[in-house]
Amino acid sequence: MSALVCRVVAFFCLLRASAAVFEDQVGKFDWRQQFVGNVRFAAFDAHSQASKKLLVATEKNIFASVNSRTGELFWRHVDKTGQDGQIDAMLVHGQDAVLVVGNGRLLRSWETNIGGLNWEVVMDTGSFQTAQLIGLADIVKFVAVLKKSAISLHYLSNGHQKWVENLPDSDTVQYQTVYSSGNGDVFVLGLVPHSHIVVVAYNIEDGEIMKQVSVEAPWITSLDSSCAVVGSAVLLCVDPVSSSLYTLQLNAEGRAEFVHIPLQSLDLEAEAGFHPVVIATQPHPARVPLKEFFLQLGPERFILLQLKDGAIAPLRDFNPANLVAFATTGEKTVAAVMSPKNETACSINLFSADTGRRLLDTTVTYNLDPNGGKLNRLFVLAFLKKDDSVGYRALVQTEDFALTFLQQPGRVVWVREEALADVVTMEMVDLPLTGTQAELEGEFGKKADGLLAMVLKRLSSQLILLQAWIGHLWKLFYDARKPRSHVKNEVTIETLARDEFNLQKMMVMVTASGKLFGIDSKSGTILWKHYLQNVQPNAAFKLMVQRTTAHFPHPPQCTLLIKDKDTGLGSLHVFNPIFGKKSHIALPTLPRPIQQSLLLPIMDQDYTKVLMLIDDQYKVTAFPSTKNVLQQLQEMASSIFFYLVDSSQGTLSGFRLRKDLSTELMWEVVIPAEVQKITLVKGKRANEHVHSQGRVMGDRSVLYKYLNPNLLAVVTESTDTHPERSFIGVFLIDGVTGRIIHEAVQRKARGPVHLVHSENWVVYEYWNTKSRRNEFSVLEQYEGTELYNSSVFSSLDRPHPPQVLQQSYIFPSPINTLEATLTEKGITSRHLLVGLPSGAILSLPKMFLDPRRPEVVSEQSREENLIPYAPEMPIRTEWFINYNQTVSRVKGIYTAPSGLESTCLVVAYGLDIYQTRVFPSKQFDVLKDDYDYMLISSVLLGLFFATMISKRLAEVKLLNRAWR
Amino acid sequence: MASLRQPLSSLLTVLLLICTEFVHCNTNKRATDGQDADFSVPLEHSFEMDDVPRFRRRGSLEVRGGRENGVSISQGQLSEEDRNMLKEVASVDGLYRIRVPRVSLQADRQSERQIDGYLTAFVRACALVESHLSDVITLHSDVAGSLIGVSIVTIPGACRGVEVEDEVDLDVFNTTLSIMAPVTAPVPETALFIEKMEQEMERKGKNPQEQKSFFGKYWMYIVPLVLFLMMSGAQDQSGGGASGGAANGGSR
Repeated sequence: MSALVCRVVAFFCLLRASAAVFEDQVGKFDWRQQFVGNVRFAAFDAHSQASKKLLVATEKNIFASVNSRTGELFWRHVDKTGQDGQIDAMLVHGQDAVLVVGNGRLLRSWETNIGGLNWEVVMDTGSFQTAQLIGLADIVKFVAVLKKSAISLHYLSNGHQKWVENLPDSDTVQYQTVYSSGNGDVFVLGLVPHSHIVVVAYNIEDGEIMKQVSVEAPWITSLDSSCAVVGSAVLLCVDPVSSSLYTLQLNAEGRAEFVHIPLQSLDLEAEAGFHPVVIATQPHPARVPLKEFFLQLGPERFILLQLKDGAIAPLRDFNPANLVAFATTGEKTVAAVMSPKNETACSINLFSADTGRRLLDTTVTYNLDPNGGKLNRLFVLAFLKKDDSVGYRALVQTEDFALTFLQQPGRVVWVREEALADVVTMEMVDLPLTGTQAELEGEFGKKADGLLAMVLKRLSSQLILLQAWIGHLWKLFYDARKPRSHVKNEVTIETLARDEFNLQKMMVMVTASGKLFGIDSKSGTILWKHYLQNVQPNAAFKLMVQRTTAHFPHPPQCTLLIKDKDTGLGSLHVFNPIFGKKSHIALPTLPRPIQQSLLLPIMDQDYTKVLMLIDDQYKVTAFPSTKNVLQQLQEMASSIFFYLVDSSQGTLSGFRLRKDLSTELMWEVVIPAEVQKITLVKGKRANEHVHSQGRVMGDRSVLYKYLNPNLLAVVTESTDTHPERSFIGVFLIDGVTGRIIHEAVQRKARGPVHLVHSENWVVYEYWNTKSRRNEFSVLEQYEGTELYNSSVFSSLDRPHPPQVLQQSYIFPSPINTLEATLTEKGITSRHLLVGLPSGAILSLPKMFLDPRRPEVVSEQSREENLIPYAPEMPIRTEWFINYNQTVSRVKGIYTAPSGLESTCLVVAYGLDIYQTRVFPSKQFDVLKDDYDYMLISSVLLGLFFATMISKRLAEVKLLNRAWR
Repeated sequence: MASLRQPLSSLLTVLLLICTEFVHCNTNKRATDGQDADFSVPLEHSFEMDDVPRFRRRGSLEVRGGRENGVSISQGQLSEEDRNMLKEVASVDGLYRIRVPRVSLQADRQSERQIDGYLTAFVRACALVESHLSDVITLHSDVAGSLIGVSIVTIPGACRGVEVEDEVDLDVFNTTLSIMAPVTAPVPETALFIEKMEQEMERKGKNPQEQKSFFGKYWMYIVPLVLFLMMSGAQDQSGGGASGGAANGGSR
C-alpha cells in the first residue's frame, strides 16, 4: 500500500511539474532561426530557369540549400564538427552536388531538390588536394579526386571507382591541379617549388599514363592562385618576382617549354608587394576553358586579358574594382565587376567576356553597410531574359559573414547574417520606456522648482498618461474588430518600448567574428548590427551591462571587453545596447594584459556601474574613473575582494583592494597541477534573488539554506586519464576568505563537466568511466536549523561550516550545456535547462535533483513532498521546451527574468538561435488564453440581477406579510 | 627576514632527518601505523599596523602521517609586545594572517617535494581579540594528501567592539585544529534501489490480492453503491421538489 501511495505522490509531483506547449501555442512566444555559418563554397543551381536554389557549403561543416527568393533554408545537413566533417570541395552538376568531406575521406553525392543522399563512397586515405568534374564527349560523367599521392576517377552516377592510379614521384612533387577538356585526357599538374613543373596525362578510360613531361620553371612557388588553364590547354602562370607571365602548351608534341611574356610588354605592372592572381573560368567541364581571364594586379585592380594564338592582349582595365566573377548562361559567359562608386556604395556591372564591352542596363548598386565588414566575394547567377539579353542576380559575401542577395537594379532581396551561427556571449537588456512613461519618470529626476510648478507638471503628465491610455484603448478596440492575421506590428527601432510585463527585451549578441547584434526578443528581428573591424579570430569576449535602462534620461550602456588570447591585451567597446551606437566616452588605456574584470555594485553619479580591470601586475583600472568613483572606491576598498585563477599552476588567490588602488594578496589555495587541473570556476549570478531563506521540513522545523553570495564552485579534473584512477574534484571555496567550505572527489569520473551554481546548490554533470554513463550530481549547503546571523551575510563572520548534502543520479543522455531558470523574485520553483546533443532543450525540475530525496519513504518526507529516490533521472518528451524546433549544436543557454514572476525568458544558441519563455511553476500569475471572460462576467451579472430581483421580491413579500 | 629564515632552515633539517629515517623504515615495512612518520610544520602569523605581512613563528603543527591523518598544535604564549600589537591592529580593523608551507601530509612524499610556497589565510584581528584568541584552523588536503589550503575562523566571528582585558584573555591561543580531506562524492545508488524493487516484487508475488486493481478488488461494493445512488437520484427529482415545498411551508 505504501508503494502505491508513494507512486501516487510521485505521479502528482510529475503532474505538477510537467508543462508542455499546446498545439495552438506553437510559435506564439517562441521563435527559431537557423544558420549555416560562414560560406566556403556557393553555387547557384542554374540547370533550369525557374530554379531558385542556392547551394552552400560552409566552414561549420554544413551543406545547405537556400531559397534565393526569400533567403530561407530549403534543407540543411549538419555534419560532424571539426576535421572529420570538413567540406573540402563542392562540385555542382545538374541536379547533383558532389562533396568531398573530411580531408578526402568521403565522397558524397546529394540530390539538390530535396537534399537526399544519392550515394557515398569511402575513399583511400591521403591528404586531399583538389577535385574536378571530368567530361567526355560533351557529357560530364566522372569526378576526379586528386590526393597527395594518387588520383582516382569515380562515376558521377553511382560513385563507383573507375580507376585509381598512383602519381609518379609523389614524395617530391606536389600535385595540385587537375585539368580536363573532355577529349579523353586527364592532366595532373604538379610542381617542385623553384625547380620544375610536372605534367602527367592519364587516359580517361583506363588510367594509363599517356605522357609525362617535366618543364623547367625555377620561378614557380605554387600552382594554386598564380596559375590557371586558359583556352585550349594552355597553362598560364604569373611570376611576381620577374613581373611576367608564362604560358605552356600542355598537349604540345615534343619538348614543352614555357613562353615568357613580360608584363611590361602589355603595359602592365603589378603593385608592389602584391602577389598577382589569375582568375580563369571553365564554363563546362567537358569543354575547353575560356580564352579570357582576369589578372589581379593589386588589391583593387583587375585586368581582363585574352589569350589568342599564343599572344596575350588586354581587353579592359578595371581600376578600381573590388571583386570580379565570371558567370555563364547558355552559351554566353559574362564577367561581373564590382567597383566602388562612392564612400558608401558600390556598383556591379556586367561585361561581355569575349570583348570586354559593357552590357547595357546591367548596373546594380550595392550600398555598403557602415556597420558591416569589407567585401569578400561575389557570386553571380546569370540568366537569359526573353529578349536574349543577359540578366543576373548577385550574392555578395562580406568579411562579417553576411550574405546579401541583390537583384537589378539594386534591390536587396535578402540578407543572411551568418555570424549568428557562432554566438559567444549574450545579454538581455530591458527596452526603454515609452515617451509618456519617460515623461513621468523625468518628473522625479529633475530638481524641484516651486510647489505650483510641480503641481502643474504633475497634472500635465497625468493628462498625457490619460491621453495615451485612451489611445491605447481605442487601438485595442480597433484591432479587435480586424481579423487576427492582419494585426501584425512591425518592430522597428523607433517603435521599441517596454511592454506591460517586460516580456520583450533586447538581446545583445556577441559573435565569434566580432559582429554585435541587437535582436528583438519577441520577433527575432535584427534591429541593429555592428561589426568590430580589428578583432582577432581567437579573441575572448565578456559582455557587461554597466547601466540598465532604468536610469532615464541616461541611456543604457553595455561594455564589451575583448581580450586577445595570445597577448592577453584587452580593449573595451562601449555602446548603447538599444541602438547599437558606439559611445563616445573616453576609454581607459590598457597597456598590460588583463587578468580579471569585475562589475562592482558601486555607481557613478550617472548610475554607471564601475568596471574594475586587473592587469598582470595586479594594478587596478576603474572604468569610469571619475572623481566620484575613485572616492567611493577608496571608501569601499577594504570590502572589495577579487580572486584570480591560474590553472597552469593550480593556484587560486584572493586579493583585496587598497585605498591607493593597489592590491594585496589575502589568501592562497594551491591545488597541485600535477595531480589535478582546474577546469572550471563558477560563482553565482549577481542578479539572482532567493525568496525563501530555508525549507520547511516534515516536522515543521526549518532547515536554513547556506546562501553565501561569494561562494565559488571549482572543478578539477585529474591528469591521470586511466578509467580506474581518473577523478574529478569539486571544491566550494569562499571567494573572500579563501576558506574551503567543501571538498569532494568523484572517483572514476571524467569531464567535460557542466555545472550550474545557484542559491545554495551546485549541480554538475560528468562522465562515469566505470559504468560508462553520464551522471548528475547535486550538492546542497544548509546552515542547519538555526541561522547564525539572519540579517546579513558576511563571509568574514560565518564561522560554522555548512552541512553539505549530496546525491547523484544517472542521466540517460550526454549533454551540451546546462543552465538554470531565473525569475524576478525567486519565488517560482527552479528548473534546470539542459541542452542535449539531439537539439532538444530539456526543462528538468530541480525537484528531481534534491539530495534530500529519501531512499525509504517516511511520513515526514511525504509531508515535505519529496520524491522517493530513484537512481535514474527520467527524460520526458513533454519536458522538451522546444518541441520539434531543435537547436543544432546548442552551445549555451541564457536565462533572464521577466516582469512576471512566473515567467523566465530563455535563449538557446549554437548553430541556431531559439527564444522562448518557460513557466517552471506554470502561469500562476497569468490568466489562461482560453479564460472564459464571457462566462464569468455573465455569471457575475446574472448574480447581480438575481440579488436585485430577489431583494425586490423579498420586500414585496414582507409587505404582504405585514398587511396580513 | 633573518628571523624568518632561521626556522625555515631548521625545518628543512628536521624534514631531512625524517626523510632519512623514513627511508630506513620503508625498507622494512609499510609505514601505516605512522609512529615513525611524525613531523612538524611551522605555523606562522603576521599582524602589522601597516598591513604588510611579516610572518613570525606562532607554533608548530605536529602531523601524524599514515592512514588517519591526525594533527596537533604546540604553540607558546603571546608576548606582551605581541599582545599590545594585536590590540592595536584590532583597533584599526587590521588583519591577522597565518600561513603554512605547502607540504604533503603523506609522509612518504616528503622526500619527493620541497617546500615551494605557502598557503595563507586571514581573519580580522578584532574578531580574534574579541573571541579571546579562540580560533579554529582547518588544513585542507587533496586526494594525494598534499596541503592545498588553510582556513582560520574565530568563534564568535563578529567584531562588536567589546573591550578585552589583555592580561587574562590574550594570553594563550585556544585553538581547535583539524584536517579536512576530500570526501568521496556519492554515485547513483542503484544497488539499494534494485533491492527495494525486488522486495516489492516479492511481496506482490506472495500476496496476489495486491495485484488486483482497486476496482477489481472492491467491485462488489462499488456496483451496488452506484446503482443505489442512481436509483435514489431518479427518485429525488420528484421527491426533492416536494420536500422543498414542505420546508418552505415549515418556515412560514
